[in-house]
Amino acid sequence: MATTTPPAAPAGSATDVPSIDRDTRLALYRQLVRLRRFEERAYRLFQEGLVKGTSHLSLGMEAIAAGVAEALREGDYTFATYRGHAHTLARGVPMEGVMAELLGRANGVCGGKGGSMHLTSVEHGVMGSYAIIGAHLPIATGAAWSSQLRGTEQVTACFFGDGATNIGAFHEALNFAAIWDLPVVFVCENNLWMEYTAIADVTAVEHPAADRAASYGLERIIVDGNDPDAVHLEARRAVDKARTGGGPSLIEALTYRHGGHSRADPGDYRPKEEVEAWLARDPVPMYRQRLLDQGVAADDLDAIETQAQEAVDAATQAARNGPVPDIDSAFTDVWADGGSSWRN
Amino acid sequence: MAELITYREAVSRAIAQEMRRDESVVFLGEDVAAAGGVFKATKGLLDEFGGVRVRDTPISEEAILGAAMGAAMTGMRPIAEIMFSDFLATCWDIVAVEIAKTRYMTAGQTNLPLVIRTANGGGLRFGAQHSQAVENWAMMIPGLKVVAPSNPADLIGLFAAAVRSDDPVMFFEQKSLYPTKGEIPAGEIVDELGTAKVVRKGDDVTVVALASMVPRAVDAAERLQSEHGISAEVIDVRSLVPLDTRTILSSVSRTSRLATVEENPRLCGWGAEVVSIAGEECFWDLDAPLTRITTPHIPLPSSDSLEDEVLPSVQRIVETVAKMTG
Ligand SMILES: Cc1ncc(C[n+]2csc(CCOP(=O)(O)OP(=O)(O)O)c2C)c(N)n1
Repeated sequence: MATTTPPAAPAGSATDVPSIDRDTRLALYRQLVRLRRFEERAYRLFQEGLVKGTSHLSLGMEAIAAGVAEALREGDYTFATYRGHAHTLARGVPMEGVMAELLGRANGVCGGKGGSMHLTSVEHGVMGSYAIIGAHLPIATGAAWSSQLRGTEQVTACFFGDGATNIGAFHEALNFAAIWDLPVVFVCENNLWMEYTAIADVTAVEHPAADRAASYGLERIIVDGNDPDAVHLEARRAVDKARTGGGPSLIEALTYRHGGHSRADPGDYRPKEEVEAWLARDPVPMYRQRLLDQGVAADDLDAIETQAQEAVDAATQAARNGPVPDIDSAFTDVWADGGSSWRN
Repeated sequence: MAELITYREAVSRAIAQEMRRDESVVFLGEDVAAAGGVFKATKGLLDEFGGVRVRDTPISEEAILGAAMGAAMTGMRPIAEIMFSDFLATCWDIVAVEIAKTRYMTAGQTNLPLVIRTANGGGLRFGAQHSQAVENWAMMIPGLKVVAPSNPADLIGLFAAAVRSDDPVMFFEQKSLYPTKGEIPAGEIVDELGTAKVVRKGDDVTVVALASMVPRAVDAAERLQSEHGISAEVIDVRSLVPLDTRTILSSVSRTSRLATVEENPRLCGWGAEVVSIAGEECFWDLDAPLTRITTPHIPLPSSDSLEDEVLPSVQRIVETVAKMTG
């Protein structure tokens, strides 16, 4: 077996980012903190046995969902993976509905029929979370094609892991989006590991997404995925390009998951020094410090943190108290008529 | 005024009828636009509707069906072609795991009005990788509607119903039927999914068939009458999901005998479900064992003499049904 030699943690980006206004920075911080608190709670509820099955957290990776979401506008579409709590919340889906879905309750966004891996809220443009690696890249491409056909200027953002870059659907979708100039932004969250195998051990190139961009006539874009400003600026550029008919982009955001792949996985197959190096680059305290350095008052940041904690507590309460789904709901919505009948 | 057209011509007529009616209908697939399809079934569509609505794609089956799905979720009514139904295996994830399940998983938040049309089945000596009849694969997956017409008029009518349906429809065109002719009525043709048709009336035995097996079953019924004095009722199932069990079971109850004629290889062909339902619900009306006439459980050989031997033939239908009623 090849030894694991992950790329070193990228250096922090420049702290002076004049093109991001104060409101956006605060919005980014609000997102970061909300996502962090939510994921911490989701983990606890999993350990308590309230979140059943499996769940995949974005702890440590929140800056990507936050940075991209803040570059989108209402009506835009997002497609996420099974690791999709953060991406769903970042589009403004109410926390209660997401938490209740994790708990399998009727007040969940999918009435308990989706679960942690399938969060969807069409009214927020959250077109689903997909649990088959790579499958949603072609689907996101289709949503972008539809916007192009309807002439709506909607942009689609599609998030996926580094592992997805080695599946055929990734390559089919990128080529397809490129030849038809589709308004889609592909965002690879390269957290260096798939499940228990390092992406570097099984990939022919160093940067699994960016080093493939040229094959599809796209720019090679690598960004520090732990830096919300850097992600946001890159996302804004790609989103603007897509919205104005410039076609797709492929962004590789380098990041790291603080915990394991899923469930209670401690992630201890990863080298200790690597974990420590990345924990030292935790996006939440790093961004807080940056905002303080830029003159934002600590009180304002504290208030954001308190609000996030309160929102998570309220969502947890609402989810815990949520009714279990009606048994009849197992037999609804197979078909457009609302039912499940296959014969007369 | 009725008109005689081929099954092949019916395909482009059906697509054109729906594209003229509804701007949100678009059509994509490999070689479908400029070339008019490898079976020339989509000739003329590019000229009439232009390159935005009728579009050639790369050889990327997952991207074709993924694009159709994403477009269907966001307000379009795409028609996607998979050139040969065998190729569905390369994009089965999108069909069975994405398209079929998304409405359910999202508690009805997503609409999936799309049609996947594909050239299905044997008879053209294409060998095991271009001849499979795979409608039974689709039938097994909750969330997919499954249609397989046997003649031009049904093709147009069922296709129109499929395009207008808000559910995903797998539309299997039996490729050996493309040159066959049938009459179509004048004007718009719209049929109903989930309806079987009695194509020949009879009293002694019910023969249920699909797609290219329908004309064979009808021919067999004529011979059963003339050679054996057996009166066979032939039902064209047309739609596997939804399944018109009412038409099938009421016939079986009356004739007290049922044979299915299936192109699928033996195990889990669509007829297995039909005889299972008949066994449960018509048992006390039956006078003969429920009987399935299928392709044996083998891949299809290429040689014409071998292929003709293993696909259910008129001769085999006649012999098998005669034995049931003997
Ligand atoms: C087609 C497919 N193969 C395998 C799996 C099992 N699986 C689930 S997550 C995962 C690792 C994915 O890693 P990556 O794409 O880097 O995303 P991450 O989980 O790190 O966000 C695997 C192998 C799957 N869900 N789908």
